[in-house]
Amino acid sequence: MNRFAELLDRLVLTPSRNGKLTLLTDYFRSVEDPDRGLALAAITGDLSIAAVKPAMLRMLVTERMDPVLFGYSYDYVGDLAETVSLVWPQTPGHIANREPTLGEVVAKLQAASRSDGPKVLAGLLDSAGISARFAIIKLVTGGLRIGVSARLAKQALADFGKVDVAEIEGLWHGLSPPYTDLFAWLEGKAGKPERTALALFRPVMLSNPVGDGDLDKLDPADYAAEWKWDGIRVQAVAEGGVHRLYSRTGDDVSGAFPDLAEAMVFSATLDGELLVGDPRQATGTFSDLQQRLNRKTVTPKMQQQYPAFMRCYDLLQLGDEDLRGLPFRERRSRLEGFVSTLDPSRFDLSPFVDFADWQTLEGLRRAPPHPIIEGVMLKRWDSPYLAGRPKGPWFKWKRDPHTVDAVLMYAQRGHGKRSSFYSDYTFGVWSGAEGEEELVPVGKAYFGFTDEELKQIDKYVRDNTVERFGPVRSVRADRDNGLVLEVAFEGLNRSTRHKSGVAMRFPRISRLRWDKPANEADHIETLQALLDR
Amino acid sequence: MRASDLLHPRPEGLYCPPGDFFIDPVRPVERALITHGHSDHARSGHRSVLATQQTLDIMGLRYGEDFAGTTQAARFGQAIVLNDVSVSFHPAGHVLGSAQIAVEHQGMRIVASGDYKRQKDATCAAFEPIRCDVFITEATFGLPVFRHPPDSEEIGRLLKSAAQFPERSHLVGAYALGKAQRVMRLLRDAGYERPIYIHGALAKLSDYYQSQGIDLGELEPATVDSGGKDDFAGAIVVGPPSAFADRWARRFPDPISCFASGWMRIRQRAKQGGVELPLIISDHADWDELTATIKETGAGEIWVTHGREEALVRWCELEGIAAKPLHLVGYEDEGD
Repeated sequence: MNRFAELLDRLVLTPSRNGKLTLLTDYFRSVEDPDRGLALAAITGDLSIAAVKPAMLRMLVTERMDPVLFGYSYDYVGDLAETVSLVWPQTPGHIANREPTLGEVVAKLQAASRSDGPKVLAGLLDSAGISARFAIIKLVTGGLRIGVSARLAKQALADFGKVDVAEIEGLWHGLSPPYTDLFAWLEGKAGKPERTALALFRPVMLSNPVGDGDLDKLDPADYAAEWKWDGIRVQAVAEGGVHRLYSRTGDDVSGAFPDLAEAMVFSATLDGELLVGDPRQATGTFSDLQQRLNRKTVTPKMQQQYPAFMRCYDLLQLGDEDLRGLPFRERRSRLEGFVSTLDPSRFDLSPFVDFADWQTLEGLRRAPPHPIIEGVMLKRWDSPYLAGRPKGPWFKWKRDPHTVDAVLMYAQRGHGKRSSFYSDYTFGVWSGAEGEEELVPVGKAYFGFTDEELKQIDKYVRDNTVERFGPVRSVRADRDNGLVLEVAFEGLNRSTRHKSGVAMRFPRISRLRWDKPANEADHIETLQALLDR
Repeated sequence: MRASDLLHPRPEGLYCPPGDFFIDPVRPVERALITHGHSDHARSGHRSVLATQQTLDIMGLRYGEDFAGTTQAARFGQAIVLNDVSVSFHPAGHVLGSAQIAVEHQGMRIVASGDYKRQKDATCAAFEPIRCDVFITEATFGLPVFRHPPDSEEIGRLLKSAAQFPERSHLVGAYALGKAQRVMRLLRDAGYERPIYIHGALAKLSDYYQSQGIDLGELEPATVDSGGKDDFAGAIVVGPPSAFADRWARRFPDPISCFASGWMRIRQRAKQGGVELPLIISDHADWDELTATIKETGAGEIWVTHGREEALVRWCELEGIAAKPLHLVGYEDEGD
């Protein structure tokens, strides 16, 4: 339990992706089965343990200590799980000879009934030290919140076994905790686990951005073009009565889209874009789509207001036949025939964009006919469907980003290589009537600038600090003083969480406008106009 | 006599009327008794100072030799009479030279413990519990959430991380007096033999510790002259916490910021400070040490100062021990 607890403590404070991967692979290497597999399941959210409510936890602890002292403690720490882990009284001489392992903890918690759950939990807390207690409480209250996605955990597995992450993604849904067969394979002690489960994920094919001069070397006749829809990439797999909707990294998202999942009455694997609306009439915007994202459950009203559908662009499997080796031209014609047999309110075909030469396509890319189109996709007619991101067969050619001139308001220190630099910037635009303008924050960005520019901004921040809050500095920014940043972003969403009412997608610093006076930065109305388009 | 006639707070600090002296005064006074060298307890400019030789030495290093009009060194356990009052110094286990001060007059004994801890520390003499009528305790970590783990475990985590990330350097923030030297000594006790790189602000005090027979091993200045960026790969660097946010830290490759402090027990404190590897190493007593010490002194009355007074006062109430907060101003726990 201690090693798992230590892993959680390190992960939550380690900001860098590589650092997290090192911590995870070291853990997989040094911890034995079944503990490492259970830890993996806890991180990916695949470990099922009956939940304990915070009120129960509070009751357990105040039965054991003075409620006033507990109150002082909780007020100071602010986090219930952490407070309880720290103040839980340890009866001297009552400490077990050794702390329980993660496997023992999970087994006891899973075997506990609803009525003896609190007693089992208390017994476990009695037998554990402070960090192990914290980990146990995190397990039973659900949600580790350690900043590790299932995707990152799978990447760590791939690094650990020196295999491609696509192989892990392809296997994942056929496996279950504690993943003993997976670890045995990754350690070279056994063969690759068989794909015996139905409706497994097939690793997706990804595209490369069109770089400078890339197109000069390519013949337009070799490529088909489609619109690049700004929805979410999904894979619909139905086989033997099992149907699943996967995200592009192989996470099962069926639960959030029951309306679409129910319409998957076929035996095939489709690749496409999940969007909302009715494909026969209108495609919803990204803001509409957002209403459906990141939800565990979805109300009937939500499904009616924002029905999900899939705009299909590839067919990987039909019945028993694996089509991935066929050229795109052939898969596409099979896809066209297949989609015509499906419910037209849930599935349609991604249309081709006609073009004769790159100039024509360039014009279309810059001015797409629908707000949820973010550019064009190029696919070689003769390309097989390959997992990963092979260079050459598929390209994405995005519409140019939007830009806005904003004023630097706050700067936060970075981590690791950037720990002595103010490298994370919150910026704002002007709002309010003439003469009463004030800055409202509209976003945060921490890349897009060169190392040299980072040094310059850092110096600017240090020289123009007006206030400090821990690692954050507020920077002088008014009508007469301030650093103007040109910020590029992919799109804008309405947001009720931000004072400005907007949230930027994928913002980054595109230029430093040392030359531009702060009062000439953009106004919030400029951004609002984008929203209303 | 009442205890408060023997010692009571004044704006300058804790004052003893019959002895006419102050303990750890925060403003210049005629006669000061000083528990230890941290700057919030040991200030310069007093007419005369009575403290342990090591505390006097440390004050001399920090403020220059003329930090006080006259000085007198107290040996541990030796009774010194000031007017009619007998005072004696006893080890507090906080930092090198740190002492509790027992004040005795007409059969009443009060112990002002200054800052103290009970965990073993190879860089200073261990705390000795002194029986007394009134015990004045600090309360820096006076909440049941503060439970310091054994320091050897914390150093073990640092060494494990250094092995896990050999291409990066580990920057350990530790206050210049006491904590920094304890961290270095703990590294040596754990078998770490490579040179430890130190920030310039630690040099004088670390040299002094070495001169007092506390072996810290090979210390190297963490200057750019002593190596390029790659030379610091895998290095452990110790410096004052403030230095790591500074441009100074740019000489190190992809550093992992560590902080050795009792505050690191609280995750949010670590997170807010951008600390990646918190090391819970404290020179103050944790909750269990505070409550155990209060019982050991046998004191019938407890005065609680600098820190979270209310929880410790509450605990005393539950134990049936008279207790009150002592409102002293000006102490900012520099040492943790």
